[in-house]
Amino acid sequence: MSASRIVGVARAVASKDLRIEWRSRVMTNQVLPFAAIVMVLFAFALDNDGILQRVAPGLVWMATLFASLVVVQRSFAVESADSAIDALRLAGVPSQGVYLGKVAALVVQLVVCEAVLAALALILYRVNVDRHGAVLLVTTCILGSLGIAALAAVYGGLSVADRGRETLLPLLLLPALAPVLIGATRATESAFGSDGARAAEGWPWVGLLAVFGAIFLFGGTLGFGPLTDE
Amino acid sequence: MSNAQTSVPPPTRTATTRNLGLIAILGSVVLALLGLFFTAEDVVQGSSVRIMYVHVPTAWVAYLAFVFTAVCSAGYLRGKKHSLNLDRLAGASAEVGVIFMGLTLVTGSLWGRLSWGTYWDWDPRLTTTVFLFVTYVGYLAVRGLGGTQQQRAKRSAIVALFAVIEIPLVHFSVLLWRSLHQEATVLRPNGDVRMDGLMLFSLVFGVAVFTVIFAWLVLHRNRVLALVDAVEMRGIDAALAARHAEGVPT
Repeated sequence: MSASRIVGVARAVASKDLRIEWRSRVMTNQVLPFAAIVMVLFAFALDNDGILQRVAPGLVWMATLFASLVVVQRSFAVESADSAIDALRLAGVPSQGVYLGKVAALVVQLVVCEAVLAALALILYRVNVDRHGAVLLVTTCILGSLGIAALAAVYGGLSVADRGRETLLPLLLLPALAPVLIGATRATESAFGSDGARAAEGWPWVGLLAVFGAIFLFGGTLGFGPLTDE
Repeated sequence: MSNAQTSVPPPTRTATTRNLGLIAILGSVVLALLGLFFTAEDVVQGSSVRIMYVHVPTAWVAYLAFVFTAVCSAGYLRGKKHSLNLDRLAGASAEVGVIFMGLTLVTGSLWGRLSWGTYWDWDPRLTTTVFLFVTYVGYLAVRGLGGTQQQRAKRSAIVALFAVIEIPLVHFSVLLWRSLHQEATVLRPNGDVRMDGLMLFSLVFGVAVFTVIFAWLVLHRNRVLALVDAVEMRGIDAALAARHAEGVPT
């Protein structure tokens, strides 16, 4: 299977997914409001401005994880509806291409979600970001999303491809995403300057996120085809 | 293919497993005597050290079980025949592993309560253990998804291999997380542990006994799983035969 064909399929799948999201407005009308209300609820639960400011990075990424569950379920519900995934399989396109396309579309959606969440953290939790921090934050969001999407696409394909399996996704996905949560939260802490952290301290964690993303992406490229091929 | 592999159910009782069972029972009795009566109390921990004779072997069995699951899963995927028996061994081993990991967590937190004064400490090893536990609970859930036996086998083998990749990553990241945030380590009884000869023997003996228990449990569980698969195939065969008898072309 030639690499250019895989890339072509990936691009087609990704643009199809993003077009569906753009037209259905599920992201803007449902996922983002959900993520926003989670941020507000965190404020109710913790009920202290100082604490909120300090734990804001963790809350941003917890809200991202929750939102990612919704986004991933949505991404594969689209495939299982009308047996679209069967049609893709019958088309004889490489499964690696389908996987990479799903991942790319998920990354875009997650980055949008994180941008909104980070903005909410700035407003609601009163965190500050300087210019260095902003660069770090953007990189963290992209690589963190890559790690989440790379793994979520695999387990999403497994658990959502069939009816009645949706409850399995959080059980499989959340424990596996612990490294991403740890790395992304620490990097974001540095970007926000929480607890006096400096932006420079965050870059090693970004490196860690890149390693996780690469490993999960590699494993997912190998495993996605056999997992969804039923 | 699956039919051929499951049509002859293996015997549920052999001399080997009977002997293994006997060794396991005798060993457990001896271990209980050693742990509860013959070994001395620890200078620092007192009698609570006796939990170790169960805690360490359960942890050992859990790790052994998960490694065995991974090996069987890789064997299933690599083998040309895609042996369902390897898949069932992987499943049986994971079930035993989850139970023993649960026991490890319970005995560990009881010991922690006595020695550290707290049931839980955010120690990397403890945290990774919880992740292992949840990950393999998820693996067992994947095994129960349904579909044909070969589908189940392939799916769970891949998930098992993913779990093997995930666990070191989780452990590594938790290690980094703790190393930055924990200034003073919770009171750990003397770093270089000097053990009394009989205590060390009891510990090693416990590991050996629990390994035998693990083997016995996995062998039996594997046979039960094979029978479950065989029953399923019989059901399908019977349904086919009934259709044939009705004279409906299939």
